[in-house]
Amino acid sequence: MADHRFGFDTLCLHAGQIPDAATGARALPIYQTTSFVFDSADHAASLFNLQTFGNVYSRISNPTVAALEERVAALEGGRAALAAATGMAAQMLALLTLCRHGDHIVAARTLYGGTYSQLATTFDQFGIEVTFVDADDASAFKNALKPRTKALYAETIGNPQLNVCDIAALSAVARDAGVPLVIDNTMASPFLCRPFEHGADIVVHSVTKYLGGHGTTMGGIVVESGKFPWDNGNFPQMTEPSRGYHGVRFFETFGDFGFTMKARMETMRTLGPTLAPLSAFLLLQGIETLHLRMPRHSASALAIAQHLAAHPAVEWVNYPLLSGNRYEELARRYLPHGAGGILTFGVRGGAAAGVRFIEAVEFLSHLANIGDAKTLVIHPASTTHRQLSEDEQLAAGVTPEMIRLSVGLETPDDILWDLDQALEKSQR
Amino acid sequence: MGRVDDIAGLRRILTQSRVIAVVGLSPNWYRPSFFAAKYMQEHGYRAIPVNPNAEEILGEKCYPDVAAIPGAVDIVDCFRKPEEMPDLARAAVAKGAKVFWMQLGIASDEAAKIALAGGLEVVQNRCVKIEHARLMGGLHWAGVNTGIVSARRT
Repeated sequence: MADHRFGFDTLCLHAGQIPDAATGARALPIYQTTSFVFDSADHAASLFNLQTFGNVYSRISNPTVAALEERVAALEGGRAALAAATGMAAQMLALLTLCRHGDHIVAARTLYGGTYSQLATTFDQFGIEVTFVDADDASAFKNALKPRTKALYAETIGNPQLNVCDIAALSAVARDAGVPLVIDNTMASPFLCRPFEHGADIVVHSVTKYLGGHGTTMGGIVVESGKFPWDNGNFPQMTEPSRGYHGVRFFETFGDFGFTMKARMETMRTLGPTLAPLSAFLLLQGIETLHLRMPRHSASALAIAQHLAAHPAVEWVNYPLLSGNRYEELARRYLPHGAGGILTFGVRGGAAAGVRFIEAVEFLSHLANIGDAKTLVIHPASTTHRQLSEDEQLAAGVTPEMIRLSVGLETPDDILWDLDQALEKSQR
Repeated sequence: MGRVDDIAGLRRILTQSRVIAVVGLSPNWYRPSFFAAKYMQEHGYRAIPVNPNAEEILGEKCYPDVAAIPGAVDIVDCFRKPEEMPDLARAAVAKGAKVFWMQLGIASDEAAKIALAGGLEVVQNRCVKIEHARLMGGLHWAGVNTGIVSARRT
């Protein structure tokens, strides 16, 4: 008899957490402990040799964090996951498990600014080269491949350009090259898009955003599909005895979760950007309502985009599912249930009007985050991208009049009311 | 009965079985077969090594083949090449084992048919250790998607 396949909503609530065996607690216990006792010297040796599965030290694994890991792995339809302190830490763990000094990555030019800096500056200092290419052009990824390319990297939805990735097209390039396609799925969340279904091999998230969903807690996660052929000759670190973990061959020993085991036992263990158990608990509370929040974020964002498109004080609106948007067709293919809560628009009157708008909003929160339950608003030219010249801002897709909205779960008419009164003041 | 690949069936096999003949068990601690056998030993199973080139592994005497094992065997667990599976299936049937288990990465339709015709249950392309850890706890701690959804206190 085949196993029953549980729906996405059920997995949001249950995957990765059965009631605590010791106490019967229904909610997830917070295992606020650094370390776990060994039954015996032999048990300790088995744990360190990875011959038995268990917890040793919370830098490597922790039962509360494990519940979050399994839940996100299940929601993405992946095989295994490794949580991290932040989204930045998660993508670093994924890429440093794939790449070493002298290796190469091909990445979308439209990546989130923090990611761009990590790859262009920090990875450059490690001797890992990154070529940034047009995110809309799979052939540009193909043409940028080098003999030591170890990953293709892109985002389901770019931020703040809101470009939608043709994941299947990039997957074909990655497959031909024998390297994994790594997709940052933060902006969509697994409710709106599951990149593994389109051929991605590794998914990373800033769990801080929609998965956590309440703006309380930092977190990140790496998920592997379990389908990448690590024995294709391009990844000897997966098939040869590990220098970092006394001779274990990760792919042979752990098969379809070998990448996650290597990321955990080598990259996480030695670099240490661990997620705290309390953070995992808070993020998991958020995930329990992901399937209820994402349709509302998406529906409100679309309604607001349509309203703003007809507003006299608005020059342009960018939302992937807005009729006539450049990415509408890709959005309908990859984001059939909604395009998330992020949209951008241009206030008539340039940077000065943008600043006046921001200063006039009443309950929309002016801050640098996305994916909160509350509506967030920012004027990138005067804040996140302020240190760049106007030309550099334009290259990053930031125009002087651009406002970015992260549409929350408030009464939609109230969000419209605040936008309208602030737009009116921006034109004075 | 028959081919088993679902949670309930695998859990039943692992609950009812105690003696596992591990064909191709390596004496090297870093080999997957050694990982699996040591893990199963630690979880209350007897892992009998079938390896003509070793005397003793994990404190158990080695036998040159399945037929040479004295006493009953529940699972014949195979860490050998796919082409050896049909002969091993015949040996498992002759031994009166209950389950013919082919490890992760190993499958053989011919061997499965032989074992099924002999009244055995068949598992293929799964690791006995990974399945035990997935279904009885443990693998969850490694961040693996176990596929288990339940409100039962285990």
